[in-house]
Amino acid sequence: VIPLPWLLLLSAVVFAIGVVGVLVRRNALVIFMSVELMLNAANLAFVAFARHLNSLDGQIVVFFVMTVAAAEVAVGLAIIVNLFRLRETVFVDEVNLLKG
Amino acid sequence: MIPLLFAAFAAVLVVSSLLVILHRNPVTSALFLVLAFCSLAALYLLLGAEFVGMVQVIVYAGAIMVLFLFVILYLNLGHDVEGGVQIALRRGLGWVLVAEGAMLLARGLALGPETPQSPPPPGGNTRAIGLLLYSRYLFPFEITSLVLLVAMVGAIVITRGRTTPAGPTRAAAPRAAAPPAAPAAGPPDTEPADVPAEEVHA
Repeated sequence: VIPLPWLLLLSAVVFAIGVVGVLVRRNALVIFMSVELMLNAANLAFVAFARHLNSLDGQIVVFFVMTVAAAEVAVGLAIIVNLFRLRETVFVDEVNLLKG
Repeated sequence: MIPLLFAAFAAVLVVSSLLVILHRNPVTSALFLVLAFCSLAALYLLLGAEFVGMVQVIVYAGAIMVLFLFVILYLNLGHDVEGGVQIALRRGLGWVLVAEGAMLLARGLALGPETPQSPPPPGGNTRAIGLLLYSRYLFPFEITSLVLLVAMVGAIVITRGRTTPAGPTRAAAPRAAAPPAAPAAGPPDTEPADVPAEEVHA
């Protein structure tokens, strides 16, 4: 069997990669992909703990997380499409209307 | 065997995640994200979470990434510049993969169906999750459908072409053209209406 610390370490690494992607990239679509990476890292931790504690509750939570991720992607991509229609760009540096 | 597989899939997961955030081309990023999701699904299978692995492939690699790629291509963001060498390399890689798949298939057919040592329980992980989902987690499960409905309505409302402050967009153009055509189509019997109708069609 796979030891729990390895899985948690892997999950943390993927989550960190997602955080770096959100902070570094300027393309809104790539930022969204990085958010997906973070959600998946959390899912991996849930499944690892479900395995470790020998209960199925963690896998149920993963199911709900996936649903929320699907909803988030649908609405977020709609916003990006609308943003592109309005400003002809998806680079978040150029979208600074709400900046003081 | 299992630690080895875990190491392999973990390495693929980390490398493809890095490439998602490091590659310049959004289309390539999206494809590496698909690879990351698939290796994550393999990790779920190693952990005995078959249902989650299946849903991972179907929902993430299937639905969500198709949505991503559709939007990238719709917005025309994937500027693909590459020479013939890369295309030839890719084609060669494809043929290698085809050959490997054929070899695996041939070996599997030659060996015949292997007898499982212990038959898995009927339904397995999926059955257990279904029973739990429809008993203890019934209310959150119903809320999930509400979340999806709200997301669907929200996405449709947001993407519907509203007139922008910058001027009439492409989505607003057919609506502006509609009113002149409607009276011509409305009363077809009246004689004065025939003349503008002819003009509209001409």
